[in-house]
Amino acid sequence: MTVYLDIVASGVLTGLVYGLMALGLSVIFGVVRVVNFAHGELTVAAMYMAWVMAGSLGVDPILTLPLIAAALFAIGYALQRHLVEPFIGRPEHEQFMLLLAVSIIVLNGLLLVFGPDARHVAVDYAYDSFELGPMLLDTVRVYAAAAAMVLALGLYLFFRFTDLGTAIRACADNLLGAQVVGLDVRRLYALTFGLGCALVGASGTLMVLMRDATPILAVQLTLLAFIVVIIGGLGSMAGALVGGVLIGVSEALAGFLLMPSLKSLFSYGLLILVLLLRPEGLMGRRA
Amino acid sequence: MTYRLRSSRRALLQGAAAAGLAAGLPLGAARAQGPALKIGVILPRSGYLAQAGQSCQRGVDIAPQVLSDLGHRVEVVSVDFESNVDLARTQAEKLIADGANVLVGAFDSGGTSAIAQVCEQKAVPLVINVAAAPQITEQGFKYVFRNFPTSVMLVRNGLSLMKEMFKATNVTPKSGIFIHANDTFGQANRGAIDRLFPTLDMPFKLVDAIAYDPRAQDLSVEVTKCKASGADFVIVTTRAGDAIRLIREMVKQRYEPKGIVSPGSPGMYDQEFYDGLGGYSDYTITNLPWPNFNAPITKRLGEAFAKRFPQARFGVDAFNVGFTFEAMLVAADAAKRAGSRDSRAIAEALRSTDIADHVMTGGTISFDAKGQNNNIASATVQNLKKTPTVVLPREAAQAKPVFPMPGWRGRQA
Repeated sequence: MTVYLDIVASGVLTGLVYGLMALGLSVIFGVVRVVNFAHGELTVAAMYMAWVMAGSLGVDPILTLPLIAAALFAIGYALQRHLVEPFIGRPEHEQFMLLLAVSIIVLNGLLLVFGPDARHVAVDYAYDSFELGPMLLDTVRVYAAAAAMVLALGLYLFFRFTDLGTAIRACADNLLGAQVVGLDVRRLYALTFGLGCALVGASGTLMVLMRDATPILAVQLTLLAFIVVIIGGLGSMAGALVGGVLIGVSEALAGFLLMPSLKSLFSYGLLILVLLLRPEGLMGRRA
Repeated sequence: MTYRLRSSRRALLQGAAAAGLAAGLPLGAARAQGPALKIGVILPRSGYLAQAGQSCQRGVDIAPQVLSDLGHRVEVVSVDFESNVDLARTQAEKLIADGANVLVGAFDSGGTSAIAQVCEQKAVPLVINVAAAPQITEQGFKYVFRNFPTSVMLVRNGLSLMKEMFKATNVTPKSGIFIHANDTFGQANRGAIDRLFPTLDMPFKLVDAIAYDPRAQDLSVEVTKCKASGADFVIVTTRAGDAIRLIREMVKQRYEPKGIVSPGSPGMYDQEFYDGLGGYSDYTITNLPWPNFNAPITKRLGEAFAKRFPQARFGVDAFNVGFTFEAMLVAADAAKRAGSRDSRAIAEALRSTDIADHVMTGGTISFDAKGQNNNIASATVQNLKKTPTVVLPREAAQAKPVFPMPGWRGRQA
């Protein structure tokens, strides 16, 4: 029984970080209605930033998280303002090609600068575990999951209780109404894209505690984020977190009960099941 | 990325003269040779096998000078296949198109299989440095020569050495679990374990076998599964980074088996393993062929290595450097005996290879009808003070085996 508790706890902790990563994708799509296909590449770029700062300054990635999130916010803001903005309202396949091109450029840039080898960030608590009754919780995962929860809560409070957050929600709910009341939609879109990328930066920084940074991870992370948001419901913040936890736990249990190399297969199986039974996702709104 | 190593005529003659004096070879013999043998070397110098590929490459880098000292002229063209089997095939075709007389590589069984097919089609010999999947020399290829054990040989030697260790330490585990990378090499080892374990009268039972993706970044579930099995002995077939992740998870989950032993896979004797795990790397064991450090040629190779790579440790790189150098020595020796750079003539000469003075432990280097060298021995190499140390067989031991291994508590990364 303890084994199963350990596995489920580990899956939940990992899933929360997955959820935070997918949250960035969900926020951008929910407001701007553009799917960021460079999501995984930007996550890996954040992982490399954390690796460089840990290596050169000796600073724990959790402490560099605000700085990296701010850098990614600036990148996201600029990306939306100068590159994505002209494509708003254009056919979806054109948006897809644009962001695919961005992803290819980022990926090859990372390969050029860092090479294809995996880079590991060593922290003092890398080998530590917390004891919780009979359970053992990996310290790295606990810290990463706690940070993910704090960020998700912060995001919720921002959207719920600030004027800016309310304005962004207004753009998402009724674009025409938002324009009629005089909201600066272009600026709000850029802020949202920046916010989504900041979440990507934060999740990448936390991810580097659990996984080695390598460019080939980018495609896997993009796919993972898509699976999470489709299962949770595209555009739903709570759905992204629920989807992340669901994937984290199901992968862990499938790996234990079936075969570890079948973990991914189980995620895709779950995705197909949700698409068949509830295409809008577990917490998505019906069109 | 491609780069070439060439020796100038003057340097070559100086080297030949020095070698003639040092090795007792007649100077005239070295001077009378024709153009240099062009060896194309394919290794995974980047990607998930990068660490091992770069370690092998260090053997390539020092080989021209050492071979020159032995009276062989070689020109080396090195390419990287980025741990990507498809690229290995393309790189092999390109090397042959660029005029390589013989190919050497490729550390990885998957990549080597792809290169072997190209070499067979083009009638250019491939001398394998490291790759254990049995099927590579079981397909009737005429141009493939392997100076490395098959996984069956590795596992047979590895399991026998485990029994020897239990006997030497008077400690025998009750049950074992086999966890392996799910790639060509890992599957070959799995096949060998399945086949050999029941026939070798092993003193413990094998409770399970777990396959994992060698590129997997998270091995927590795999380790949980090992721990839940109750096994007190772990047999592993790892690659590089996954070996680190496996041990790291064992420490976190406080899984304390009596021993962690590999029947000949890379990972646990690599510098990356020592750098990544520090004190946690100690007491893990790999049963594999190891250099004979008393052999004059090994000493010469070690000196060249120390001169060229003062920051690296020959004792750690010796496996990869040794086998890679030997593959190049085998190719150069065949070309010299053939008196030609023609690939077919070299292949013919490779079939009658008989090299007594070489780097790795074992008998003479020679090939059977399938192109396999069957004379390679294994040793038990245990990490002690972050250094691979021979602990068995007794006659070659540098220290006594430590088994069961001490717990994780009290160690530091």
